Amino acid sequence: MSQNLQKLKYDVVIVGAGGAGLRAAVEAREAGLRVAIICKSLFGKAHTVMAEGGAAASMGNANSNDNWMVHFRDTMRGGKFLNHYRMAELHAKESPDRIWELEMWGALFDRTKEGKISQRNFGGHEYPRLAHVGDRTGLELIRTMQQKIVALQQQDGRDHGDMEANLKVYAEFTVTDILKENGKVAGVYGYWRENGDEILFEAPAVVIATGGVGKAFKITSNSWEGTGDGHALALKAGANLKDMEFLQFHPTGMVWPPSVRGILVTESVRGEGGVLTNNKGERFMFNYIPDVFKDKYATTEEEADRWYTDQDNNRRPPELLPRDEVARAINSEVKAGRGTEHGGVFLDVSKRLSAEVIKKRLPSMWHQFYELAGVDITKEPMEVGPTCHYVMGGVDVEPDTAAAIGVPGLFAAGEVAGGMHGSNRLGGNSLSDLLVFGRRAGAAAADYAKANGANPVSDATVTQAAQRIQAPFENAGGENAYSLHAELQEVTHNLVGIIRTGAEIKEAIAKIADIRARSKNVSVAGDRKFNPGFHLAFDLDNMLLVAESTAKSADLREESRGGHTRDDFPGMSSTWRQVNHISSFDGTKVTVTARPLPPMPKELFDLFDVHELEKYMTPEEIAKGGSN
Amino acid sequence: MTRKLNLRIWRGDSTDGGLKDVVVDVNEGEVVLDVIHRVQATQMGDLAVRWNCKAGKCGSCSMEINGKPRLACMTQVASFDEGETITVTPLRAFPIIKDLVTDVSFNYKKAMEVPAYSHPAELGPGEARMEQVDVERSQEFRKCIECFLCQNTCHVIRDHEENKKSFAGPRFFIRIAELDMHPLDRIKNRKRTAQEEHGLGMCNITKCCTEVCPEHIKITDNAIIPMKERVVDIKYDPARMFSGQLRREKRD
Amino acid sequence: MSGVFSPTRAKIKERTLRTDKWWLEPAITFGVLFSFVIYATFRAFEGANYFVEPLISPFYSPCLSEACVEGSKLFGWAPVSAQVLGFALSPALIILIFPLGFRMTCYYYRKAYYRSFWFSPPACAVAEPHTKYTGETRAPLILQNAHRWFFYAGLVFNVFLTYDAVLAFRNEHGDWGHMSVGTLVLVVSSSLLWFYSLSCHTCRHTVGGRLKHFSKHPFRYKLWTTVSVLNTKHQQFAWFSLAAVAFADIYVRQVATGAWTNFYFF
Ligand SMILES: Cc1cc2nc3c(=O)[nH]c(=O)nc-3n(C[C@H](O)[C@H](O)[C@H](O)COP(=O)(O)OP(=O)(O)OC[C@H]3O[C@@H](n4cnc5c(N)ncnc54)[C@H](O)[C@@H]3O)c2cc1C
Ligand code: SF4
Ligand code: SF4
Ligand code: FES
Ligand code: FES
Repeated sequence: MSQNLQKLKYDVVIVGAGGAGLRAAVEAREAGLRVAIICKSLFGKAHTVMAEGGAAASMGNANSNDNWMVHFRDTMRGGKFLNHYRMAELHAKESPDRIWELEMWGALFDRTKEGKISQRNFGGHEYPRLAHVGDRTGLELIRTMQQKIVALQQQDGRDHGDMEANLKVYAEFTVTDILKENGKVAGVYGYWRENGDEILFEAPAVVIATGGVGKAFKITSNSWEGTGDGHALALKAGANLKDMEFLQFHPTGMVWPPSVRGILVTESVRGEGGVLTNNKGERFMFNYIPDVFKDKYATTEEEADRWYTDQDNNRRPPELLPRDEVARAINSEVKAGRGTEHGGVFLDVSKRLSAEVIKKRLPSMWHQFYELAGVDITKEPMEVGPTCHYVMGGVDVEPDTAAAIGVPGLFAAGEVAGGMHGSNRLGGNSLSDLLVFGRRAGAAAADYAKANGANPVSDATVTQAAQRIQAPFENAGGENAYSLHAELQEVTHNLVGIIRTGAEIKEAIAKIADIRARSKNVSVAGDRKFNPGFHLAFDLDNMLLVAESTAKSADLREESRGGHTRDDFPGMSSTWRQVNHISSFDGTKVTVTARPLPPMPKELFDLFDVHELEKYMTPEEIAKGGSN
Repeated sequence: MTRKLNLRIWRGDSTDGGLKDVVVDVNEGEVVLDVIHRVQATQMGDLAVRWNCKAGKCGSCSMEINGKPRLACMTQVASFDEGETITVTPLRAFPIIKDLVTDVSFNYKKAMEVPAYSHPAELGPGEARMEQVDVERSQEFRKCIECFLCQNTCHVIRDHEENKKSFAGPRFFIRIAELDMHPLDRIKNRKRTAQEEHGLGMCNITKCCTEVCPEHIKITDNAIIPMKERVVDIKYDPARMFSGQLRREKRD
Repeated sequence: MSGVFSPTRAKIKERTLRTDKWWLEPAITFGVLFSFVIYATFRAFEGANYFVEPLISPFYSPCLSEACVEGSKLFGWAPVSAQVLGFALSPALIILIFPLGFRMTCYYYRKAYYRSFWFSPPACAVAEPHTKYTGETRAPLILQNAHRWFFYAGLVFNVFLTYDAVLAFRNEHGDWGHMSVGTLVLVVSSSLLWFYSLSCHTCRHTVGGRLKHFSKHPFRYKLWTTVSVLNTKHQQFAWFSLAAVAFADIYVRQVATGAWTNFYFF
């Protein structure tokens, strides 16, 4: 431990400045505590900024039949009933308030004719439900909260003469360890990306809101930040991960040119009327409507087309099926040789909407294709294919408080938390998830910090954390982090990607273990000053843990559900629905065990038609009719 | 189709630095950021560069390419002549940290100086009503991805370090305009403070900010000039001068 | 050392690394504006050859001096004496301040001459040569805020010049119902002046831009939308109207000196 190590004391430390982290920070600060926000990128660049389509909340502005119960049902269906019912319930109930709150902080959503917040259609949502701003909703969300943080800081400035006295953002800082003393959280440790200097943050409560894991895969819509840091930090701190086999492959990522492969094409393109066709010009999605959704989706093109103008009397087009279904359908079309020249399918809005409307409703898509692929989407179809987008699995948390189970003082919210989305997330449910559970995590962390007070970090703990940071510089002539990363991405992509088989998963587990062993002696060129090679060494370690956890969970689950498709077990099984997979880490390897899913209470159970539940649940479960 | 590209990258830090020549492979459809990443992965493991989304959405990869401020992830290599050397340098208006990374904290400081949005106290959750036509002007400014290319290009600070303390810069002029045009914002003195505290008068509307904005926000025409006109309304308008209306706005 | 050469910035010795022809645009702007200024100065002082029935040069209209030649006066009215403070002022000089002030304070021309005459900056991301810069915050440049005054005056001038164009639908004997090349020249130049004024940023602000709630003023919103469309072409109108006015003056002068004959269509 260096002599002049900077030590900072806070009540609550928030790791992550995406939607979830910022919402948590606002809540904890408003509870009167001193809060630090830490993020790897500049402030305002977190992944949330890239979200396009919208935030789901049953405000009922576009269709007054909408309410939290409909939203809850959609969420459970989308997640194939593997969701934690309580999280889905809280989410459905609280989202509208969270969206309105943003408006009160200055957000400017698109409006309906009556001047309310406009809502758009999205896959799996029964009614138009996504509050949006063109196709840059995430930007609006993050900027609004960023500005809310500034508003709180200005208030502090007026009250204390120092804007950063009680709420400060530490940008471009990587957290490498969550520190514990006496079995409870005591703070976090990490380094400035700019110069490699280390800081110890002492705080009794830590909220992790670090987002996703996409960078562990080859084709992904995620940025370099999506390296599963929070997942790994939590594992190492003694928390568990839940259902890590479930990864969402978004059906529409760009496929051409290669350098943009994976970049997201928002689902709003389909919500606004985009149609998927194969190289024969067929609208193939009609062939892929699964039984569980048969009565909710149009069976003819005519009906599907009518739906855009009359939603009460027609069923929705199958392009708007949940993401996992569409992704698998595209995958099958391509495998059957009906794909495009670059291995995707066509997505076309130019036939249904005028150029002007496209540019107005999907401005950044137009821009993205025009500038990066040379395609004018007002005239030509786009080429799209699946891309690794979102991880449903995550830290095992208490639904009401977002407290990580097993580690007092640790909280997790946003994409890093598990349970809310079950086996598959509906589009638009993430942004509202961030707000709902971000707020809950912030509040619970504040309560915890108030109740427990500081938990000083010992020198021994700090020394250990510091050694870990120094290690890569001491391995001369070791492995190159960039090539190990590329290797890992190959393995995950090929062996635990969108379609999996038992043998391949086992191969993946072995390969990941091998890469992990080699990663122990990654060496780094250059010094600590803004050195991406050095940064990657830490990210790599996290991605490896995540990949191991995903592969091992996938190996156990012998069925196909949502974001986990097994070629060797193609069907959904009601028995498998009853278990969550819990990953834990003993310091050397990840172990996955099955844990029964808590049964839905009767009042939620009764929101569903029994015939629908029969498709998912065992007869015994149905007979019980929910717990009480 | 792979070919070789001559790239010149500025490498160094606050003590010293210079342009380094490298030859690197480039494939069809690649952008400058792809090539920089290839250099990073194969030749210069510690080359510092910021990026996140690779799709022009986050505004992290701002740098100067052949002297022009741009996003590296949205600059196609094919937009340069084959055989042309591409020179990439860090932003030149901000202090250098390392290689292509600069210290942009100036902008975050300025962000903290613009008074936040203030919502009408009587409107509870879900009660706000705003017409689309009334929010559209502000929505244009909210497209800003905070790449700070406009700030970097603006000669007021790029060429005059000493102006940094008194000038908020185009990014924050659109923020002020956004709030002044927001149908519900309660703060009434944004025009006056724009002129007197944020340095609106320093801008000589030479439009470089608009030229470089990757979001194609019409910074000068739609925000700065309208704000200058609004300042005229309260400070220099002939008709209002005679009718005494200027003084009325002074108070709030 | 300041600006891009400040000690904290990346050490790059070039003022700019731009490889395109960034200097071309300011050079052209400079050339054109400078030629116009020279020609206009010469004409303003010339004090002759600005009127020939039924055409009057826009540089000299409205002609308000006792010195104005027969027939050129506005309604025969001459409020200004031929000698002002002992100087024989050409009638153009009396009114010049208005169109000149209008264009000098125009947001577009400001950009053009700040860049091309004052190099502040010469082009984007090209270091400017000045060591100090205060923008439009103090005298004299704070006077740019008077653009609105000139805009109103410009509207009045447009009315006069349009009136001149109407008068041009006569022949040299004052009979109505005729049209010559000169008529066309004046119609085109006065129309372009209207487009220039209507596309002005001040105009955009006045008709609706200053409102907070467009929805409460649907008519002004409509006006604003229309003016906003014109406004995107303001630069073009600025140049075209300048060229048209200059050409109208050249045309009148050539006809007045007898170098050209004003051809009548009917
Ligand atoms: C292209 C795209 C489009 C999407 N569109 C939608 C949509 O339309 N609707 C929707 O609901 N969802 C959408 N999503 C999903 C949604 O955006 C994400 O799930 C969500 O933004 C995650 O937010 P978060 O707050 O959990 O984390 P993030 O926004 O990912 O933020 C993570 C934060 O943690 C920080 N961090 C990570 N590791 C560390 C560390 N070690 N130390 C310090 N800080 C760290 C990062 O710097 C960052 O600030 C989309 C996702 C993508 C990629
Ligand atoms: S128009 Fe004004 S703000 Fe924009 S770059 Fe020029 S001087 Fe700066
Ligand atoms: S206004 Fe445009 S150039 Fe300036 S920071 Fe925003 S997006 Fe970038
Ligand atoms: S990486 Fe996000 S804008 Fe370039
Ligand atoms: S005349 Fe050009 S802006 Fe007014």
